[in-house]
Amino acid sequence: MIDTSIVVVGGGPGGMAAAVAAFDAGVKDVVILDRDEKLGGILNQCIHNGFGLHKFGRELTGPEYAKIYEDMVTERGIKVYKETTVLDISEDKVVTASSREGILKFRAGAVILAMGCRERSRGALNIPGNRPAGVYSAGTAQKLINCMGYCVGKKAVILGSGDIGLIMARRLTLEGAKVEAVCEIMPYSSGLNRNIVQCLEDFDIPLYLSTTVAEIHGKDRVEGVTIAEVDEKRQVIEETKRYIPCDTLLLSVGLIPENELTKEAGIELSPVTSGSVVDQYRMTKLDGVFACGNVLQVHDLVDYVSEEGEIAGKSAVAYVRGELKEEKTVSVSAGNGVRYVLPQMLKVTDTEDVDLYLRVTQPYGKVKFHVTSGGELLTSVTRLHATPGEMEKIKLSKEKIALVKGDVQVYLEEVL
Amino acid sequence: MIYDVAVIGAGVIGSAIARELMKYKLKVVVLEKANDVSCGASKANSGIVHGGFDPQPNTLKAKLNVEGVEKLFDAAKLLNVPIKRNGSLVCAFSEEETKTVEELYNRGILNGVEGMKILTGDEARAIEKNLSKEVVSALLITNAGIVCPYELTIACMGNAMDNGAELKLKFEVQKIEKEKDLFTIESKEGDKVQSRYVINSAGGASASTAALVGDNSYGIIPRAGEYLLLDKKEGARVSHTIFQVPTKDGKGILVSPTVDGNLLLGPTATVVSSPEDTYTTKEGMDKVIKLASKSVTGIDLRSVITSFCGVRATGVSDDFIIEESKKVKGMINLVGIDSPGLSSTFAIAEYTVDILKGLEELTPNPDFNPEREDPHFFRKMTDSEKDAYIKEHSDYGKIVCRCERVSEGEIKDAMKRNPVPHDLDGVKRRTRSSMGRCQGGFCTPYIMKLLAEDSLESVTKKGKESKMLTGKL
Repeated sequence: MIDTSIVVVGGGPGGMAAAVAAFDAGVKDVVILDRDEKLGGILNQCIHNGFGLHKFGRELTGPEYAKIYEDMVTERGIKVYKETTVLDISEDKVVTASSREGILKFRAGAVILAMGCRERSRGALNIPGNRPAGVYSAGTAQKLINCMGYCVGKKAVILGSGDIGLIMARRLTLEGAKVEAVCEIMPYSSGLNRNIVQCLEDFDIPLYLSTTVAEIHGKDRVEGVTIAEVDEKRQVIEETKRYIPCDTLLLSVGLIPENELTKEAGIELSPVTSGSVVDQYRMTKLDGVFACGNVLQVHDLVDYVSEEGEIAGKSAVAYVRGELKEEKTVSVSAGNGVRYVLPQMLKVTDTEDVDLYLRVTQPYGKVKFHVTSGGELLTSVTRLHATPGEMEKIKLSKEKIALVKGDVQVYLEEVL
Repeated sequence: MIYDVAVIGAGVIGSAIARELMKYKLKVVVLEKANDVSCGASKANSGIVHGGFDPQPNTLKAKLNVEGVEKLFDAAKLLNVPIKRNGSLVCAFSEEETKTVEELYNRGILNGVEGMKILTGDEARAIEKNLSKEVVSALLITNAGIVCPYELTIACMGNAMDNGAELKLKFEVQKIEKEKDLFTIESKEGDKVQSRYVINSAGGASASTAALVGDNSYGIIPRAGEYLLLDKKEGARVSHTIFQVPTKDGKGILVSPTVDGNLLLGPTATVVSSPEDTYTTKEGMDKVIKLASKSVTGIDLRSVITSFCGVRATGVSDDFIIEESKKVKGMINLVGIDSPGLSSTFAIAEYTVDILKGLEELTPNPDFNPEREDPHFFRKMTDSEKDAYIKEHSDYGKIVCRCERVSEGEIKDAMKRNPVPHDLDGVKRRTRSSMGRCQGGFCTPYIMKLLAEDSLESVTKKGKESKMLTGKL
């Protein structure tokens, strides 16, 4: 049994930022457990640029962004256990992990969950047809191309216009493959606008909205897919079916926080985010267990993942020092037009401002977000447009928090 | 080299026959057209050990099913194949269907099935809490169970090979000739194998294989069955295998835990044009969902991790046919081995070898070892046992498949064990790596590295043209 003040599960951008923040807040006894051979998580395969604009004011590639944090971890001498997969987190914060050295057990003062997310698979979508080679989730294809140096196909269709799908459309094109189409079942793309412009429009790759892959063809390797438009209920419209010959189908159909460990530890998850229910300190409902990054909520930008890691890291330090006091807690919920708000719980304390992160349910033009407590308006902010693909942030100042009497709700009002 | 027996088809039946033959002093070769064993109906079926109440009395199906159940449990133990006696419930949703339940009970008694009981709807719900309120009565069969069909096939073939049988993969039989007392079997690629006897257990291709020697007395009507497999978090939705009363089309849609802890829904029953037609359809999957939800409440369909389809080798006649060809002496045909084929596996193997014994006296092989080492010993260890094992074998500490928690050591060892896998699906069926909720999203590139002999470009999903990559950058 290894006694440790803070154990960080996962050495991607969230975990590294959390560990660094915890160290800088004064707890030197912090370790990172990571299943890979290298810190950085999925950033290592994201060799495109666009990372770090908010955090560092410049455009970095994924590996460059990861390197900055890796260096911070190294400079501080934070202990990293590589190729170490956590198997179990117990209620009393014993973390069990498997490594090449054996089964390791850590007794932790606080645990920070930063396991990231995974891609939704073909099976979860239930696409009919054959099960040939050549159906890849976009991230798997990205790893094979960017980290291992192989082509996954010559002619591809991409289902899903999330950011990874868009990035991979460009990537395949740059490597000489022809991307026939990007299909999106929703009437709008969930990807960032800049990616639609830079990855599809600049390369003349068509984006078909309200369109899905209705069938996969090919016995051994993909030979083609049938695409079709869908109605409002997302059901295939038979007469719009058409066949596209291709040898590859990439799926970019959503990311799911990897919360199996969290669930097994008995920690309550939100059915909307699929991440833990947390307060503004990013503490879950299990005392002393914190969560940050994509395991908590799937972010658009890595910069926000790091930010959230910092919150969790500092909070974990406050926790192990006994500085997080029992406070009155109210719930924070999503109202009209808002899909979710995070944190879902608010401790009513007037020491710090709190940022509320939220996503809207569908694309909107100009909107006003209202934050209420016990039915009374706390604050309102206006946005010129809002879309589900771009996370919104609303600051709740400590003065406003002091006014909180009852449960908090965030909703939007369209401004015509 | 002249073999005593050539077995055509390395499904569960062919593999069990090969193992049964190794109990005698025989030179045995198994010919399989795919890149691995268990690539036809044996890899995609319900994995149910049926009690034996369903087949009509006095048929071969009834006899071999009832005899086969205990033989299967015994063999699975020797072969270290996961098997569980979870029992099954056949549910009636109306008074009329209750009559069918009673008929099944009586048929079961005639067939010699033990451990049956008719329950009221409430009694059934008392032992299976998520059973639909619409269920008015149910037949409980306590001796029924669940088994992993491809693991059973792999274990049978592995054990047969450990005892000296040979396996030739990618050997698609195209021609069989008999001259004097010797068969010459030729593959599509022109490879030849000679043997004194031929056992045709080619499943979906059994009728066409018999036709190669001019025996046109058989027919197969391929019937596809589509399934949905759910995440392990839904695995405890039911503990018994839940059937609806059978119809002409088969045993209906079942809801069952799998021996690995997932939840399985299916199958449909659709006649297709070829045993290779294993595509899934929207209609099929919708039907599975609708009918599964009729039996069991609360199934979380967002937990579906994959769908698949298997094609039953249903014969033109209702019963199993296991006999020496009337046209060509020395060739034994097994045709129409659909459900309850898996349940009958070892009874069928013995029955087949008994036919051979009628043709020639067989000498027992005193060196036959009926046991196979447990390939899953590691996952059954406690943390401290694992710790000790990893200290000796560090690869076992490196988790490759995070969802199913499969280590590099387990994968590397599976690659050395009979029958050796040659593709990603083969590794998957042996180790469960990439069978979890992410369906290989993370571990596929890693397993490709372990599988690649020289270049990653050679790696296939399931042999033939199923290459994963199209070249280097």
